[in-house]
Amino acid sequence: MLELTILLPALINGLTLGAVYALVALGLTLIYGVLHIINFAHGSLLMAALYGVFFLNTGLGIDPYAAIVVMVPALFAAGYVLQRSVIGKASHGKDQNVLLVTLGIAIVIENLALALFSADTRTIDTPYAFEMVDLGIAFVPLPRVIAFIAALAVTAVLWFIIARTDLGRAIRAVAKERQGARLVGIDVDHIFAMSFGIGTACLGAAACLLLPTFYVSPGVGHVFVLIAFTVVVLGGMGSFVGALVGGFIIGVTESLGGLLLGESLGQIGIFLIFIAILLLRPTGLFGSRLS
Amino acid sequence: MTARTAFAVIAFAAALIAPFVVHSDFWMGFLITTLLYAYMGMAWNVLGGYAGQVSFGHAIFFGTGAYTSTILHISFGLNPWLGMVAAAVAAGLVGALIGYLSFRYGLRGSYFALITLAFAEVFRILANSFEFTGGGVGLYVPLKIGWWNLQFPSKTGFYYLALALTCLSLAIGAWLENSRFGASLMAIRENESAAEALGVNAFACKLKAIILSGAMMGVGGTFYAQHYLYIDPTIAYGPGVSVEVLLVPIIGGLGTMLGPLLGSAVLHGAGELARRLMGDVPGLDLVFYGVLLIVMVRFLPEGVIGLLRRRHKPGAAHA
Repeated sequence: MLELTILLPALINGLTLGAVYALVALGLTLIYGVLHIINFAHGSLLMAALYGVFFLNTGLGIDPYAAIVVMVPALFAAGYVLQRSVIGKASHGKDQNVLLVTLGIAIVIENLALALFSADTRTIDTPYAFEMVDLGIAFVPLPRVIAFIAALAVTAVLWFIIARTDLGRAIRAVAKERQGARLVGIDVDHIFAMSFGIGTACLGAAACLLLPTFYVSPGVGHVFVLIAFTVVVLGGMGSFVGALVGGFIIGVTESLGGLLLGESLGQIGIFLIFIAILLLRPTGLFGSRLS
Repeated sequence: MTARTAFAVIAFAAALIAPFVVHSDFWMGFLITTLLYAYMGMAWNVLGGYAGQVSFGHAIFFGTGAYTSTILHISFGLNPWLGMVAAAVAAGLVGALIGYLSFRYGLRGSYFALITLAFAEVFRILANSFEFTGGGVGLYVPLKIGWWNLQFPSKTGFYYLALALTCLSLAIGAWLENSRFGASLMAIRENESAAEALGVNAFACKLKAIILSGAMMGVGGTFYAQHYLYIDPTIAYGPGVSVEVLLVPIIGGLGTMLGPLLGSAVLHGAGELARRLMGDVPGLDLVFYGVLLIVMVRFLPEGVIGLLRRRHKPGAAHA
C-alpha cells in the first residue's frame, strides 16, 4: 500500500493543479452556458495570453501577477471582437459551424505563434518561483498556493457578475431564451460578445497565475484544451461551481494517476473519466445552467 | 455522351498518364498526398458529410490501421497487402466500438465530436506507453522494396495505388448518392427524429457508416506507413490527420461525391502556393488552412462545389 506521506502531498499537488484547470475551465463553461457553443479556440487563446505575459515580463520587466491588470482587459477585448466579428457572423446559426470556426481560429493562432516564436519552450524567472509554503502536511510552491486562492476568487467574481449585476441578469436571460430576451429589448449579439469576452478574460487571469510555475510554447494550448473540456463536462456545462469541483477532481486524478501508473500512462484516467461522463451523465455533476 | 461524362473520361485519362508527364519526385509526392487525402476525406465524409456526425478524432482509425499492418509485418512477417486488409478490419472494429458506445448513449453534435477527440487521445497515450508500438520512438517499417511488399521502387507505384483508392472512394460516394443506405444517412443528418419516424433505423445506419468510414481510414493508415516507412504516436493519433481529413470535404463540399477530391486539390494546391509565396516558415501553411476553414464556413458553407453549381445553374443556388 502507498504510504500516507506520499499520498497526501500527491493529493495536495492534485488540488493545486486542479485549481489551475478550474481557472481555464471557468471561461469555457461560461461561454458554453450562454452561447451553447463549444469553443475550440479556448486553448490557443490561453497560449496567446501566456505569450503576452511572457513578453510583458521579458520585454518590459512587468511581474506576471501585476500583468493581470493588462491581460484581463486585453483578453476581454480580444474575445469580444472575435465573437462579434468572426464567430457570430460565420456561424449562420448552426452549432456545427461554430465548432469548425473556432477550430479554424485555434489552427490560425497556434501556427501563427509557431511561425513567429518558433517551437521553443520558454519560461520566465521570478524570485518567488521556488518559494515553498509549509502546510503542515506538505510543502507547496507559493505560486501554486496563489493560483489556488485566485481560482476561488475568480469563481466568486464570476458568480457575482452573473447573479448580482444587470449584465448578469441579461446574460442569464439570453442563456435561457434568446428570442424572448430579444423581445424585451436585450441586444443579444452584444450579450453573446460580452459573455465570450468575459470567458476569454478568465484566460488572461489564468495565464498570469500559470506562467510563474509553467512554460509557454505554441502547442501549450493542447495540454489544457481537452482537460478543460473534461472539467467542464464533468462539472456540468455552464456551472461555475461544477467547473471548480471538476477541476479539483481532474487535478487529483492526474496527480494520483501519475503516481500509480507513471507519467505517460497517468493522464489516461482523465480521458477515461471524460468518455464515461459523456456517455453516462452528459449533464455532469452540477448540470444546472447559469441559474 | 454528356459534357459531364466527357469531362470525367478526360480527367481520368489525364490522371492515368500523369506519371509519364510529371517527372519530378516533388510533384509526384504532391499528387500522391492530394489523392490520399481525397480518399481519406471521403472516409470522413461518409460519416461527417452524409450522416452528419462530425468527428474530431478520425486519426484514431488512421493510426490503428497504420499500427496494425506495421506491427503484424514486423512481428509476424505478414505481407503488407494482407496487412492493409487487417488494418481495415481493425479500424472498422474500433469504429464499431466507438460507434456502439456513442450512438447507443445518444451522443450527437458537439458531444460526439468531443468523444472522438477523447478516444484519439486515449489511443495516443496508449501508443506512447507500450513496448510493442515502439512507444514515443515510433516504429520503422523494414525496407524491403518490391511491389509485392507494398514498397514500390518509385513514386509511380504509390501514385497508382492512391489513384485506385481515390476511384474507390468516388465509387463509394456515387453508391451513397444512389442507394437506400445513403438516403437513410442523409435523412438522419437532416432530422434524426423524423427519419426514425419514417422507419429508418438510425442507430444501425450510423453504426454502419462509422464502420465503413473507419475501415477506409485504416487502409489510408497502412498506405501512409508503407509510403513513409515510419509511424509514431503523434503522426498516428495526433490532431494533424484528424483536422486535415475534416478540412478536405468541408472545403470541397460536405456530403457530396466530388467534394473531397476538389477540397484536397484546393487545400494542397493552395497550401503549396502559400509555401512558395511566403517561404517555408513552419506553421505558415497551417495558418493558411485555418483561414481557409473560417472563410469557407463564413462565405461558402456549401464548399467549392457549391460555387461551381451556382455558376452552372443560376437561380438554383439556394437549394
